[in-house]
Amino acid sequence: MPLLAVSGLTKRYRRGDTLVSAADDVSFTIEPAETLALVGPSGSGKSTIARLVTRLIEPDAGTILLEGTNLRALKPSALRAMRGRLQIVFQDPLAALNPRATVGRVIEDPLKIHTRFSRGERRSRVASLLERVRLDPALASRPIHEISGGQRQRVAIARALASSPTLIVLDEAVSALDVSVRAEILQLLKRIQRETRVAYFFITHDLGVVRAMADRVAVLDGGRIVETGLASEVVSNPQSEIGKALVAAAPRLPRS
Amino acid sequence: MTLLRTPTALLGFAILFALALVALLAPLLFPADPLSIAGPALLRPFQDASLPLGTDRLGRDVLAELVHGARTSLLVGLAAAATSIIIGSVVGTLAGFLGGILDEVLMRVTDAFQTVPGFLLALAFVSVVGPSLPVVVFAIALGAWTGPARVARAEVLSIRERDYVAGARAIGMHPLKIAFREVLPNALPPVLALSSVIVAAAVLTEAALSFLGLGDPNRITWGGMIAEGRTILRFAPYLSIIPGIALVLTVLGVYLAGEGVVEASAARKVRA
Ligand SMILES: Nc1ncnc2c1ncn2[C@@H]1O[C@H](COP(=O)(O)OP(=O)(O)OP(=O)(O)O)[C@@H](O)[C@H]1O
Ligand SMILES: [Mg+2]
Repeated sequence: MPLLAVSGLTKRYRRGDTLVSAADDVSFTIEPAETLALVGPSGSGKSTIARLVTRLIEPDAGTILLEGTNLRALKPSALRAMRGRLQIVFQDPLAALNPRATVGRVIEDPLKIHTRFSRGERRSRVASLLERVRLDPALASRPIHEISGGQRQRVAIARALASSPTLIVLDEAVSALDVSVRAEILQLLKRIQRETRVAYFFITHDLGVVRAMADRVAVLDGGRIVETGLASEVVSNPQSEIGKALVAAAPRLPRS
Repeated sequence: MTLLRTPTALLGFAILFALALVALLAPLLFPADPLSIAGPALLRPFQDASLPLGTDRLGRDVLAELVHGARTSLLVGLAAAATSIIIGSVVGTLAGFLGGILDEVLMRVTDAFQTVPGFLLALAFVSVVGPSLPVVVFAIALGAWTGPARVARAEVLSIRERDYVAGARAIGMHPLKIAFREVLPNALPPVLALSSVIVAAAVLTEAALSFLGLGDPNRITWGGMIAEGRTILRFAPYLSIIPGIALVLTVLGVYLAGEGVVEASAARKVRA
């Protein structure tokens, strides 16, 4: 059984008199411990799909099965409980965390919701999660607005890991970071995947990142998946128009 | 501190500080019951050094009454403003964050309250329930919470679209907890910016209620003093003028200090 099975996912937005398909009959699966990349040009519907899959917005049609559970059929309280299995990291680290909260609180919140740990146990879990994302545990008492973008993205990853999810959706999670920080975060994500066997739904427009991170890739254009395949094959020999265009536009791809 | 750099803000805070000090120290400065007789009736101000502001028609010390009256004015003003900001933020947050029918209903209720003048609401409420300090506070808040509610709702509508709110939902946080812990604290600054205007209005409303005899009868209030003086306005105008000046100074102080806070926080925002 796949970890995540999405089928027929559809979402349209009204723009003036016309309907824009941000997701058009989208279907795909993700296996445990796998990384599926989703690439596509700006406005192709990547963030919409990320938010549909994580049930942050309501689809017009389609089903989302996580570990066999239909996420669209759950009552609100059951869905909240299920959310511990499925986490998301957003693109903009400056917007994704409550600026008034402390680092410790941000990471502790999912522990409060999804575990029965005591206060003391939660504190030590927060410290070990901070260490896991290579941050100083002393950072726990600092407010979010005082730390850098790269640090915030590590905190966001630590928060996503706190409830021991089986799948993390990364919506351009490294795009807003500068190049050296980006490479560090990618390595961190790789290491975490080896250690925890978490699966990633890795959204990006950077084919170099796809090649380095993903097992398989789906190419998105105008809300439709136009091509899927092994990451190495799609990057070296794209079949779809948009895939070819993305490869042509990519800066030199790193070999790996 | 930027807050004290503008002269108007400085003046406002000086007035408020002096008032607060006087109000706090009233029992020490004038330990005797301010309602007891201290000298001859209707002594003019600046005649007797021991009764610098003179006496009223019963021979009570006007300065002692004034100082004790400051306690009521400030207490009621602050408590009513705090109450209306709390009610307004809760209503505005629920309406803005949960939306839908609840938003409709809450905003219609807000509209309804807003169309009735606040003073009339307070008057009606106190007349029905009977005057006492908590009733007066609540009565004033009844006419003042709609402003904070609207501002809070508008702010919440923009904040609820932020990623960190989606993030709170994504970890499975309960919607009410998101509303009051993640959204409301971030929506509060523009609501608090209203507080000086609300405090000033509350002080005036309290005085007006007392003037009409609807204040707490066991407390001296400036409004009550003005009302008492009014009966002999021609003969002893100072009895109304002195508490009137105190009232104007208080409102001015609150207003200037509030302006200073808003300016300073605007300056901070620009720099940040
Ligand atoms: N809330 C919304 N209301 C109306 N239209 C929307 C909304 N959200 C997205 N869209 C539209 O849906 C389409 C897909 O947007 P989406 O943000 O999913 O694209 P994306 O692939 O993530 O783009 P980017 O690479 O720029 O992040 C776009 O045309 C966008 O304008
Ligand atoms: Mg996007």
